[in-house]
Amino acid sequence: MPGDAIGARGDLRLTRITKSYGDFTAVDDLTLTIPKGSFFALLGPSGCGKTTTLRMVAGLEEPTVGSIHLGDTDITTTRPYQRPINTVFQNYALFPHLTIFENIAFGLRRRGIKDVKEQVDKVLTLVELPHLAERKPTQLSGGQQQRIALARAIVNRPALLLLDEPLGALDLKLRRQMQIELKWIQREVGLTFVHVTHDQEEAMTMADTIAVMNEGKIEQMGTPAHLYDNPQTAFVANFLGQSNLIKGKISGNDGDNLVIDLFGQKISMPKARSHAIDNSLYAGIRPEKFRITRTGSAARGNTLTGGRIEDVSYIGVSTQYVVAMPWGQELMVFEQNDDGVPPFNKGEEVVISWEPDFTFGLRGDEDIEAGTEVSPEEIQE
Amino acid sequence: MNTKIKDATIPTIAFQARLSRWFGRNLLRIYMIFGFTYLFIPVAYTFAFSFNDSGKSNLIWKGFTLDNWQNPCGAPQICDALGNSIKIGALATIFSTILGTLIAFAIGRYQFRGRSSSNLLIFLPMATPEIVLGASLLSLFLVFKINPGFWPTVIAHVVFCISFVVVTVKARIASLDPRLEQVAMDLYANELETFRRVTLPLVAPGIVGAALLAFSLSFDDFIITNFNSGTLITFPKFVYVAAARGIPAQANVIGSAMFFLALALVIAGQIVNRKKTR
Repeated sequence: MPGDAIGARGDLRLTRITKSYGDFTAVDDLTLTIPKGSFFALLGPSGCGKTTTLRMVAGLEEPTVGSIHLGDTDITTTRPYQRPINTVFQNYALFPHLTIFENIAFGLRRRGIKDVKEQVDKVLTLVELPHLAERKPTQLSGGQQQRIALARAIVNRPALLLLDEPLGALDLKLRRQMQIELKWIQREVGLTFVHVTHDQEEAMTMADTIAVMNEGKIEQMGTPAHLYDNPQTAFVANFLGQSNLIKGKISGNDGDNLVIDLFGQKISMPKARSHAIDNSLYAGIRPEKFRITRTGSAARGNTLTGGRIEDVSYIGVSTQYVVAMPWGQELMVFEQNDDGVPPFNKGEEVVISWEPDFTFGLRGDEDIEAGTEVSPEEIQE
Repeated sequence: MNTKIKDATIPTIAFQARLSRWFGRNLLRIYMIFGFTYLFIPVAYTFAFSFNDSGKSNLIWKGFTLDNWQNPCGAPQICDALGNSIKIGALATIFSTILGTLIAFAIGRYQFRGRSSSNLLIFLPMATPEIVLGASLLSLFLVFKINPGFWPTVIAHVVFCISFVVVTVKARIASLDPRLEQVAMDLYANELETFRRVTLPLVAPGIVGAALLAFSLSFDDFIITNFNSGTLITFPKFVYVAAARGIPAQANVIGSAMFFLALALVIAGQIVNRKKTR
């Protein structure tokens, strides 16, 4: 019964959802559970299917196959106005013919609530704009419109709040501020937030759990720290931050560790962090996990010798080095400027070292460029 | 307030340069004054001659009188003609606005077989010479054994007004963000409420504009009306016939009154609009 859907509460469950437009598959056999009360982010480049997924949850699109449940209620085919779900749209889409007050009261009034004043005032106070109630949307700045769009959605206390690139139109400084505020508001009101974004930093700042999407599928799901520290695929490794991926072979075992041969140099890494399926693998190390020492001085952990400093960029908190390795690969190294060691100079011979536990292993048949060519700042869906 | 600085050491700008600068700044204003003069001289003339103590022919100024304004129906048949024109205009406006708005929504919002050809066909009455449209409508009515008169005229007016309504309303629909309707649905408004609370209020200015346009097109149409109205006298027909023996000053009165009414409507609309956006 669609009438029951409006009262549904609980976890959001997408079961084997596929959405095709003719020959194009936007979402491909997606199964996902979003726990009640969490701040969940769907992260991916333009065209990865994240917005389509969101629109199916909102009821603006119907899945080709699969089902969507909210708690125990099947909402796959219910109309958008029959779902206890509200959306903060990209570019806000405030009603231009209504005042801010009426914009926010819209959902309450449609549900037959007569006395809306108290609730509208309360939510206006929450977004810190109570003085704008009688204005029209066109008289507000982008940031103010963004907050009103948020207020218009959360005033309804939906079971689920969907945010479609809500900060995309704001400038960087305002975006940072709104990221913190959104997180705070989510804790304050205790709703489930599902946030769609192509901005990895935004997703990592706000979400408890991130699902990285690519080509209609979920590549990996987990906490921001987990995704960053132990990516399963090259796409995730490259889309969330930067990675050094070095081609190697598993040459043996050493207790809980694997011994890896990287162009003739042996390193080790925990077995549990390898996602390889055969002997070939890419050893992945984040640039800030590397340490640089001068050739000849002692280095701990895994070491790779024969590096030469190719490029140095000093950026205040850290110095970024490009180190050319004997096998022709250039590695990225970020060093904190906190140890009193003077920066290395271009052309110096160095040894690179890192803790074995920071290594992650990717399948040897991966495309190591996956996820690098997308520049998140340039994407507009 | 503005104390003039008299100081010989400050170089003065040559008179010629100042003149050309003044001209450059005010060129648009001068052009605008000419433009408006050109547009409004006929209106001013009509208005002025509505006060002419003219007798039969209203071509030469014979003295000021308020008689024409006090008795606008003074000329024989003039108010019958005006009444017919208003009735026809009102009916044509209602029908063409309703039909045209629906067509505009269909073409502007939905994909269907024959959409682009309907889009093209709707322009046809606008592009057809009025004389052709009028004559063919008449022969159509005669084929169906309908005698020219009031209703054939209304139907003929609806035909050409629809095109203008569709074009006007469609432009408004095109500028409407379809996401607003999705937002409304997302905020618990069903299809009907979404249309009533969001779509219609946002398209309304276009519909009102289209209705005003339809009325004014219908009101002053002569050619098509002449073919299809038979013995029925409309205001333009009255003026046309009267022109042969001299247009009575009452025609100027009615013309001027219509002009000021339209002007008042436009100004009222502007005021309402400004209040709304404030």
